[in-house]
Amino acid sequence: MIGIIDYGMGNLYSVKKALERLDIPYFVSEDTEELAKADGLILPGVGAFRDAINLIRENGQFEFIEHWAADGKPLLGICLGMQLLFEGSDEHGETAGFGFLPGHARRFSGKDSQGRRLKVPHMGWNSLEFHQPDHPLLKNVEEGHAYFVHSYVIETADPDVLIATSDYGETVPAVVGRGEIMGTQFHPEKSSTVGIGMLENFGAIVRERSGAHE
Amino acid sequence: MLTKRIIPCLDVKEGRVVKGTQFVELRDAGDPVELAAFYDEQWADELVFLDISASHEGRKTMIDVVEQVAATIAIPFTVGGGISSVDDMRNMLRAGADKVSLNTAAVKNPDLITQGSTYFGSQCIVVAVDAKYDESIGSWRIYTHGGRTPTDWEVVDWAREVTARGAGEILLTSMDQDGAKTGFDEALTRTVSEAVDVPVIASGGAGAKEHFVDVFKKSGADAALAASIFHYKETSIEEVKAFIRERGVLVR
Repeated sequence: MIGIIDYGMGNLYSVKKALERLDIPYFVSEDTEELAKADGLILPGVGAFRDAINLIRENGQFEFIEHWAADGKPLLGICLGMQLLFEGSDEHGETAGFGFLPGHARRFSGKDSQGRRLKVPHMGWNSLEFHQPDHPLLKNVEEGHAYFVHSYVIETADPDVLIATSDYGETVPAVVGRGEIMGTQFHPEKSSTVGIGMLENFGAIVRERSGAHE
Repeated sequence: MLTKRIIPCLDVKEGRVVKGTQFVELRDAGDPVELAAFYDEQWADELVFLDISASHEGRKTMIDVVEQVAATIAIPFTVGGGISSVDDMRNMLRAGADKVSLNTAAVKNPDLITQGSTYFGSQCIVVAVDAKYDESIGSWRIYTHGGRTPTDWEVVDWAREVTARGAGEILLTSMDQDGAKTGFDEALTRTVSEAVDVPVIASGGAGAKEHFVDVFKKSGADAALAASIFHYKETSIEEVKAFIRERGVLVR
């Protein structure tokens, strides 16, 4: 069973509908006691990094998520939810994230390597390059396009956490992860067969995990 | 690399698609949900639904339509037409729309853009701009009420105003080209695209596959929107994409 963490930010409707279409059992909750019963968690998010972290702290979910990660249980961050898994962001002043993955979010420069102007936000369908094609999240997924909407990008010195990247004047970490901590910068629920395939794979990862306990 | 988007637009009246009746393969071509799924299968990159209902009931029906569409397709879609308050925006976004499009209401009350982008994020606020060339100002003038009412706004000033207020995207319709089927308005599109940092969707004038090549290569549009060329099966989205890909435009 997947638990979707509700902390008051992000439109959960499409993720829920995608899971329903995939027949993946889920529930939505803000209550950490309820969420603790899940086999895997999804951390959604749209909006500003600092607002999200503040809400998660106010709701008493921050330490719960830290413990969850320390226990090595599956966690999938989506869009802003993925960025929160990193060390921090300079959006509206430096704000610390969970620090499960090495790297920082910073605003797109708005220029490519030749100094040509790029629009911010990075909005639309961008092609993916798979760095870890054998990763369970990418199983049977075509190296196609995914739908992005974001103005901040993760910068990491550790290529090991890059499962797939995109290119928008610079390298855009698109699918990231280490162990059971995973994330997608794009919206899998809006990324047609490519994204839906990854959600399906996350569902399988969570199911395997729950089976291992029984 | 980021690809150029092809976006079919569906006019919905009292819960039914107006036009779009040429699809013999569909059981019910007037059903917005079925048509949305059809365009999704054809590799549409996004969809725009324009609610042209006149009645209150029609508007309520639109919320049901949005819910059903969101439950059916896995690509982003925008809902516009008659959205005039933060509550309207919230209703559509809660029902599963990814973006809402503001037009007349944004001109009447530009603060609505600010409020929408603050509450829901810039990424879901599209401002639809209807522009028509006006010799007296040597530029394009903004119109509201479906192109019936001229305003005092010049297009670049308005585009900068809406982006400063947090619009995440501009849906730019050329009233001069709309319905002419002789191609997108490249001068207008280029002018606005160069003036703002947010993506610009070119709209109005698509009549042939070549027009999509021109608007992407010559005017800097990030996306192109069309209605009748797809609805009346003059060409398909797959055909347009194959055609422009061969001519060096990146598409999904």
